[in-house]
Amino acid sequence: MSTAHETLACDLLVIGAGPAGLAAATRAAGLGLDVVLIDEQPAAGGQIYRAISTTPVQDRDILGADYWHGLSLIEPFRQSGARHLAGAMVWAVNRSDDGAFEVAYTTTADSQAGLLHCRHVILATGAQERPFPIPGWTLPGVVTAGAAQILLKTSGVVPDGTTVLAGGGPLLYLLAWQYLNAGVKIHAILETTPPGQWRQALPFAWGFLRSPYLGKGLRLLRAVRAAVPFVSGVGALEAIGGERGHLARLRYQAGGETRTIDIDQLLLHQGVVPNTNLSRAVGAEHMWSERQDCWEPQVDAWGATSVPQLTIAGDGAGIAGAMAAEHRGRLAAVHAAAALGRIDMATRDREAAPHRAALSRATRGREFFESLYRAPAQFRRPVGDTIVCRCEEATAEQVRQAARMGCQGPNQMKAFLRCGMGPCQGRFCGLTVTELIADEQGRHPRDVGYYRVRFPIKPVTLGEMATLPQTEHSRSAVVRFRK
Amino acid sequence: MFRRLEASTAAASAGTVRISVDGVALDCREGDSVAAALFAANIPACRETAVSGTPRGPFCMMGVCYDCLVGIDGRANQQACMTRVRPGMAVVRQMGAREVAR
Repeated sequence: MSTAHETLACDLLVIGAGPAGLAAATRAAGLGLDVVLIDEQPAAGGQIYRAISTTPVQDRDILGADYWHGLSLIEPFRQSGARHLAGAMVWAVNRSDDGAFEVAYTTTADSQAGLLHCRHVILATGAQERPFPIPGWTLPGVVTAGAAQILLKTSGVVPDGTTVLAGGGPLLYLLAWQYLNAGVKIHAILETTPPGQWRQALPFAWGFLRSPYLGKGLRLLRAVRAAVPFVSGVGALEAIGGERGHLARLRYQAGGETRTIDIDQLLLHQGVVPNTNLSRAVGAEHMWSERQDCWEPQVDAWGATSVPQLTIAGDGAGIAGAMAAEHRGRLAAVHAAAALGRIDMATRDREAAPHRAALSRATRGREFFESLYRAPAQFRRPVGDTIVCRCEEATAEQVRQAARMGCQGPNQMKAFLRCGMGPCQGRFCGLTVTELIADEQGRHPRDVGYYRVRFPIKPVTLGEMATLPQTEHSRSAVVRFRK
Repeated sequence: MFRRLEASTAAASAGTVRISVDGVALDCREGDSVAAALFAANIPACRETAVSGTPRGPFCMMGVCYDCLVGIDGRANQQACMTRVRPGMAVVRQMGAREVAR
């Protein structure tokens, strides 16, 4: 039996130990703040630098220099004096009347819940892969490209047999390149980027040409194209199950032809979107991004949200990539130090200047990527029997029919179909449901809105909640009769 | 199916951890998540869904999709991708809906 967690207190809590969170915690501790960095994973790094201190893939040429860059964040963090609460999942962030935050978390190894009090919160919860609802995407044998990359980074586990990568976006090509480096055979890459999409991206080409990543990106793409068969302009994809209900075949449409091939693995990717469950549940305002077809929190140039003393850094505040994330983390840290009165505004602006310049360099050329790899409408707005909500197995046609019947929005859709009410809490259907309602009712996604997200933002058992430390306040909240 | 890179096995200074999956012994690499161990052992489906009873396996590997739910040491609905293997750990695949109590 484990013992209850002592209630922690700090100036600044940073949630998420990816590039934004690591840089924010390090920078804030350097400015004299008492900092706690909390993260679900057993080791720091986030998803982009996942397992960087433990990966069995020690040949550095396999994962590449951009991955190993993550080490430059780990050591300074360890030296910073910030405390690291690893293997701890945050499920509630409440603002009390005096403006401070009370945060509830569970340590996953012992299912013990604890509380933490702080005066400022930086959310660095990053991104997740965009839902990519195609027929059969729930079959065993179909995983996201991000998942496959995590398997490689954490355990050196790679696909064997006939493997197809499908979709679009930089991660798809990066994973293919890493597989080539590791000697893993890829049967084909099916690109869903529509032919001619480059014309939409062309106005942004100037920024892209001045991007520091251009050369690296082109070399990577050339290496992959030389080694793997590419099918471009794929307009439809369908994963088909075999006897045991596992993936067996892939049907796709390209250049006016439909082909079916036997495959063992399908790795899907259609870009990444901000992880907004926590920022929504805390009550921050969100807006629809026209360029990226997703929701993002409304933040200023520091990452400050509509909630006082709540700042967001990194991809969770809008997708801009790993390099940008660390600079955004440092900007958020400098802002937090000023917001807490640790430094004055003049010092804040002076301290922030190099980070602003670095951020501007790191984001140069992003619009070009965003435009080129914009997820095609047919892969964001599915039809027919395609499952939209993986947890409750609600289909596109069911959602569309409910929308045609006059369903008011995503929240009423929960009552109609239970979609968004499973354990993933809408993370893999929310965007799709918003877009399908918009599609059927001829409305803009921004007007359709999103699920109302409430705490706990991840499933917690009553047993875990019961392990929270008891206070006079918590007792008086449930004691009905007082003497 | 998935396999372990030879390079990574060679570099694995980490030890071997023996767990069981549905009562069958399985050797994993120390530091593996349960989900990674299942993939490496060619077990891509870890449960059957509560709604339609169809097979499902880990999908996102980052704690977001909840498709990798398994029973671990008598506790249902544990995320295989977020749980590291421990010696003697008993993993059971979840078939259909959970029962409230047994």
